[in-house]
Amino acid sequence: MNFSPVLLITDVLLWLLVFAVVGYVWYVRRHEHLLVPWLKVRQNPVAMICATVLVAYAAIGLADSLHFRTASGAPGRSQTGVEVRSVLDVLLGAALGPMAGKSEKTYSAPLAIYSFAKETVEKPGGGQAREFPRLTVGGAHLKNPGDRDGDIAWRGALGLAKGLVLFAVLNGALALWVGRKGGGPALAARAMWRGTTPAPWRPILVTLLLICLMACPAVALGSHYHLFGTDKVGQDVLTISLKSIRTGLVIGTLTTMVMLPFAVLLGLAAGYFRGWVDDVIVYLYTSLSSIPSVLLIAAAVLIVQVSIDNHQDLFPTTLQRADMRLLALCVILGATGWTGLCRLLRGEALKLRELDYIQAAQAFGVARLRILTRHMLPNVMHLVTINAVMDFSGMVLAEAVLSYVGVGVDPTTNSFGGMINAARFEMSRDPLVWWLLAAAFFFMLGLVLAANLFADAVQEAFDPRRVVRRARPRIFQRGPVGGMTEAAEDPRAPGGRPA
Amino acid sequence: MTDVLEVRNLHTRIDSASGVVHPLDGIDLTLKAGETFAIVGESGSGKSMTALSIMRLLPEPGWIERGEVNLDGHNILTLPEYRMRDVRGARIGMIFQEPATSLNPVLTCGEQIVEVLERHKIEEGPAARRRATEWLKRVGIPDPERRMDEYPFQLSGGMKQRVMIAVALAAEPQVLIADEPTTALDVTIQAQILDLLKSLQKERGMAMLLITHDLAVVAQMAHRVALMYAGEIVKIGPRDAFFAQPLHPYALKLFASLPGAGKRGEPLASIKGFVPPLHGQFTGCRFADRCDYAYDRCRKQAPAWHGPDPQHQARCHLLDPREEWRLAELLRREDDKVPEAADFAAPADAGDLLEVRDLKVHFPIRKGLLKKVVGQVKAVDGVSLSIRQGRTLALVGESGCGKTTAGKALLQLVPVTGGTVRFGGNEVLGLKGAELKRMRSRMQLVFQDPFGSLNPRMRVGEIIAEGMASFGIGANAQARNDRVAELLGQVGLAVESRYKYPHEFSGGQRQRIAIARALAANPQLIVCDEPTSALDVSVQAQILNLLKDLQKTLGVSFLFITHNIGVVEYLAHDVAVMYLGRIVESGTAEEVLNRPRHPYTQALLAAVPRLNTESKLPPLTSEVKEHLAADIPSPANPPAGCHFHTRCPLAVEACKAAYPAEVAVSATHKVRCIMVQPE
Ligand code: SF4
Ligand code: SF4
Repeated sequence: MNFSPVLLITDVLLWLLVFAVVGYVWYVRRHEHLLVPWLKVRQNPVAMICATVLVAYAAIGLADSLHFRTASGAPGRSQTGVEVRSVLDVLLGAALGPMAGKSEKTYSAPLAIYSFAKETVEKPGGGQAREFPRLTVGGAHLKNPGDRDGDIAWRGALGLAKGLVLFAVLNGALALWVGRKGGGPALAARAMWRGTTPAPWRPILVTLLLICLMACPAVALGSHYHLFGTDKVGQDVLTISLKSIRTGLVIGTLTTMVMLPFAVLLGLAAGYFRGWVDDVIVYLYTSLSSIPSVLLIAAAVLIVQVSIDNHQDLFPTTLQRADMRLLALCVILGATGWTGLCRLLRGEALKLRELDYIQAAQAFGVARLRILTRHMLPNVMHLVTINAVMDFSGMVLAEAVLSYVGVGVDPTTNSFGGMINAARFEMSRDPLVWWLLAAAFFFMLGLVLAANLFADAVQEAFDPRRVVRRARPRIFQRGPVGGMTEAAEDPRAPGGRPA
Repeated sequence: MTDVLEVRNLHTRIDSASGVVHPLDGIDLTLKAGETFAIVGESGSGKSMTALSIMRLLPEPGWIERGEVNLDGHNILTLPEYRMRDVRGARIGMIFQEPATSLNPVLTCGEQIVEVLERHKIEEGPAARRRATEWLKRVGIPDPERRMDEYPFQLSGGMKQRVMIAVALAAEPQVLIADEPTTALDVTIQAQILDLLKSLQKERGMAMLLITHDLAVVAQMAHRVALMYAGEIVKIGPRDAFFAQPLHPYALKLFASLPGAGKRGEPLASIKGFVPPLHGQFTGCRFADRCDYAYDRCRKQAPAWHGPDPQHQARCHLLDPREEWRLAELLRREDDKVPEAADFAAPADAGDLLEVRDLKVHFPIRKGLLKKVVGQVKAVDGVSLSIRQGRTLALVGESGCGKTTAGKALLQLVPVTGGTVRFGGNEVLGLKGAELKRMRSRMQLVFQDPFGSLNPRMRVGEIIAEGMASFGIGANAQARNDRVAELLGQVGLAVESRYKYPHEFSGGQRQRIAIARALAANPQLIVCDEPTSALDVSVQAQILNLLKDLQKTLGVSFLFITHNIGVVEYLAHDVAVMYLGRIVESGTAEEVLNRPRHPYTQALLAAVPRLNTESKLPPLTSEVKEHLAADIPSPANPPAGCHFHTRCPLAVEACKAAYPAEVAVSATHKVRCIMVQPE
């Protein structure tokens, strides 16, 4: 088999973003004033747990963003019929074997060995009967269907054990890395678990342990059963869910990237230049935010879709077409979602431009563009950072909503919104087809919750108005005088005004 | 007199990111009925913390570790919080520095007073309202009936502070704590508020704890004074003795660092180093690192109280009777020192550097959908002045008079409406592009707020070099780098400072950086907009010394915009007094400060509180004060004719007719008042 890489636009952008983040980290490490708030984030255990989870998601998403084409005609093991595959597809193929991809005819419940729907089968002895047929691959290794429960328990336990081993290896590797600057791995490992390292390693390790204990049994079971069942056309829901992560990440990050230039440029320009520039920009964003955004987005998506359909020649494969539509969705979401941050930045710029150091720069004849980039921009970056992190989860959710409404990503693209949308039609079935919704919910909740909690931590660290108090039991610090319980009261309130 | 309030061995702690801070370490003081007790100190000395601890209004991470606060013999620190609420307001009242934020903006003045009366069950219903009106009258608010139903934003700063006083006193507390009550106010207003506090105190016989950084206010108000340094009281005494004999080396330095007419030409005393961090136990004297007289004992043992009499004491080993020989020795050495020759010969007149004629800055007031111009705020309305080479012109005025705008207009940082500004003989208004840039390189600016004037995201070196790069000074980055190092040396900072960020510096150091930045462009004129008003006196002294040295070595001229008369007396060669956008009097420092002719200048100078009675000016009579008490008119709608006629004690009908013409009292001394006759 010979490979040739396939560059999808969103892949390129996503990887550029990764390099940008790496570059930013490198830059921050060299600038103390930028480093300080991030060190505060690092000290926050919740933030580090979330970061670990986010890294796991990002790893899956990025593995799914390396596409290549196997030479046509090669006997690909993939049964999806798509010749362009990603690294994740390969990994899933290796880990889940025949389970990955489309393997069944229609719905099947999680860990089932029988199909969800009755079929008419020919009886060996002649005649037909309607019964639940065995699945093609799910649980196919079982000779005797009665062995299912025992097999599941056994494989699950084996998976847990493998998880422990994997975690031990990971822990050792991390200890080696942490202890590389003196101390050695043994000491480092002990310090990490005791919580005496500067970064809170213990919560990170516990999170890693949990991830290992979930992932390994999932692989152990998922390679012989459909862990989350199959969907209407018989695809493995676990595979779909994992592949949806990339869509969520793309939407969450690229949209923000599209939005930031609008918001930052227009917001700063409006606040700094005032006058007619300000009038125009304010007019623009007030008008934009007074149109119901779902309608605006729906209209834009439909237009884009038509034009993609009219230029089939530009996008030879369905995958490229779907990818273009994903990118278009990001651009549309970004182009309509910049108003909030823009308004915020305009206010901040209005405040900043009156500050003495901006005036001093003017007195030095510093060019306007330089004032904007050198003096204003760095001083609003904390707002931008907070906003970008906060918007991420909002965008993931927005995609789900839009796909649900039917104007989201291409139907061939896996996405949480698409899964929910598909599940919607089956909610009235009896017995209930619940696993599609549950899987989408589980994976999306993990992503969004982690992103939100991380955003909180970032905000707390970057927002100078928030005083972060050290969490220590106050009871040991109070003197004989009962604490100043009224301290929350504004000390500037007129003396003695009743609270 | 009986002791109303007694603070004993008060220790306060605050939990901060860098550990537990000890802002108060054993404060002892007593307050007698009818007495004003002042606590003075520089920022970080713990004076405000003392007030908050007594009121038990510490910020969240703070607590009182031990000590007693006895009010009428009962320790209020052991009271439960709900009982403490009965103490606050009813028995101890408090007024704060910022009248704008200490009144509730959504309640009318009347409601705020009524609320206190009802809360402490003094009066209810209509009776409370009547009482509140009475209070407004007592604190000198004209037309109290109408003011009762007005909201704080409708009042001027001085009026707000009066209302605040009424709120604090409505429940007739035995003790009033005034925390910097006049710091945010102009001098003429400050004089009125201080008088009001004084008379209310006398009338009610209450005890007052006055907390301030202003030694002159203390000298005017207090019966007894305590000086705080680094969390403890270092000197305490009755007012006259307190100022007559410094006793403590810190007090000595502090008094000597105050600028004033008497010290013209001499460098001001400055205190080296910084207030030590208050994180732990001190083994020796807290002032030891900064004290010129420190010796080994100072670092080993905390000094006990010593002093000439039990009332007047200081914490310093030198006052220990056993160390008498050492003190005598020190005094002899001090006497032997040759005083630096006073050097205040104004430089030879090299002609006018800057010539401003009829400068106008009007800001349009826009209203409505189409932003129609409905009026003009005449921030600067026909200002003429001239600055001579190598000299300092002080532009004096109260807040809102337009002095800052005038300074910025010279550099065209605000749009100028009219007039001419000639710099070195060339018209500079209306310059554009490269020409404007060249002009700006010759005029620079130093701002008031050392925290807002430096970009927090740039290194000091970059901040200083930015202007040079923009003006094309220095052939290349290397040359500019060398120049930055030189400039840092010139303003007394280490060369390594260039790699640091502004937040790593104290206020005084930041102001030095700002000065270095201004000097980077090799200017001939530096506009200094209140450069020391945010600094402590000892730091102010350093900056003033620096500015003076720079003038001597580089020959730059300064336009010094300030409201601090002491600084003007110390530094200025020429003075211009501004009122509501216009210059009312100008002349040499000698003429304007010693023989003011304009009624406004006279009032302004007389209102300045002073340490000693060195002023040759008669104090303000109560009749004059009454005139001055009127609100300062808005520059959007200045009074017709002479702007000052609404507050002028000499105003006659003719004053309203037209703006008075300039009267030249001498060749340099010019006054705009119809009552002034040329000599
Ligand atoms: S005790 Fe020593 S260090 Fe402290 S003020 Fe006196 S002489 Fe100076
Ligand atoms: S012109 Fe009249 S109102 Fe103005 S200062 Fe002179 S006397 Fe007073």
